[in-house]
Amino acid sequence: MAIISRGFSGRRSAADAKLPPGQYLTTEFPVLSAGPTPHISLDRWEFTIDDGSNVLKRWDWKSFRELVTETITVDLHCVTRWSKFGTSWEGVSLDVLLAGIRTGLDYAMFRSYGDYTTNLPLKDVMNKQAWIAFKYDRADLAPVHGGPARLLVPHLYLWKSAKWVKGMTLMPHDKPGFWESLGYHMYGDPWREQRYSDE
Amino acid sequence: MWRTATVVGMQYETATARTITLAVRDWPGHVAGQHVDVRLTAPDGYSAVRSYSIASAPSSDRRIQITVERLPNGEVSPYLTQEVMVGDELELRGPIGGWFVWLSDQTEPIQLVAGGSGIVPLMAMIRSRASAGSAAAFRLLYSVREPEAVFYRDELAALSNQGNSVAVTYAYTRVTPRDWPRPAGRIDAALIATGTWPSSLRPTSYVCGPTSLVEHASDLLIAAGHDRERIRTERFGATGEQKRVQV
Repeated sequence: MAIISRGFSGRRSAADAKLPPGQYLTTEFPVLSAGPTPHISLDRWEFTIDDGSNVLKRWDWKSFRELVTETITVDLHCVTRWSKFGTSWEGVSLDVLLAGIRTGLDYAMFRSYGDYTTNLPLKDVMNKQAWIAFKYDRADLAPVHGGPARLLVPHLYLWKSAKWVKGMTLMPHDKPGFWESLGYHMYGDPWREQRYSDE
Repeated sequence: MWRTATVVGMQYETATARTITLAVRDWPGHVAGQHVDVRLTAPDGYSAVRSYSIASAPSSDRRIQITVERLPNGEVSPYLTQEVMVGDELELRGPIGGWFVWLSDQTEPIQLVAGGSGIVPLMAMIRSRASAGSAAAFRLLYSVREPEAVFYRDELAALSNQGNSVAVTYAYTRVTPRDWPRPAGRIDAALIATGTWPSSLRPTSYVCGPTSLVEHASDLLIAAGHDRERIRTERFGATGEQKRVQV
């Protein structure tokens, strides 16, 4: 039973109905990162998929940008409780990147420049659920928001959408990434409010 | 798990920021740099949650302090800075966060860089250092709009005047105290050179504040030779109401 806060009424709007539990709406695009923003030049950028021992696929920026792209409009939900509706991105679907890879491995660890990692079940990044995004609002993705390219997995809390992504390692079992090792939930579903590891 | 917290003390730090002391019966303890989620609930069940850094050092008295800055369009901060009274109960969960923390067994030099209310988790580190009797070498570079916006002013002044303590350098961005040697302006390379540990000492740096300050200051630290792996950052989220973190 919640404690009633004497004299508190709050601010609410019709849009709140679309919010996952415990979130509030913002029109800003807050930035939250654990360390300094890396600045990655496009001639050094690459994205690789490996299985822990062998690199299965590799793209440099030129070959990555030759892949078919999609524009996506999605809502974002950050574990720090802000949500932002109707954000517009352009990116390459993970379905395109994973095409032809058959390993029988069910999990992935995404790796970023700056050493950030985050873990995801493979089924959560397939079937039109995840992209490597390089444009936000029709402009090149700013470094502070993860440019040149970031993972976008909008159905999970935003820490799963790794900024400055540079690759994914396929794994037989789930393993915690950076925040998942520091008290945050292994899966992170905002609609089930899976914020912390004790939920 | 939501815990019940009772407001047992309040004190203004500035015209718009208030420190609230909370007694939490089942508080499990925390480390400097962690935060709590605070939940307010209206009579009809509507609730709003925001995160606030803990300002106080770890202690065994099952009390914590948070310092809340009132934001003009805030939903929770106006309540916490203007409405809440001693004796009121709030709900909170935490402590939360395991990255932007300082542990009293860390012996390396520590460089703290704060922008505005980003001082709060860094103050917990300074207080934790004192209460643990740590000899770790701390420096603080504190960027504020104007002298009236400084949090914990007397405590920081007292610290600066003691031996073996925390050297504090201020950067005033809009208005300086009278006869201040440096014109108003944001942190620059010259201030990093004189007001922070040299990179040769290999300090761990903690940078907390609005995104623009954090980006700017951490870029300057890297340019001054600091390893990015030893710079930890915490940026305000939307509306600045939350202190934190990281996505």
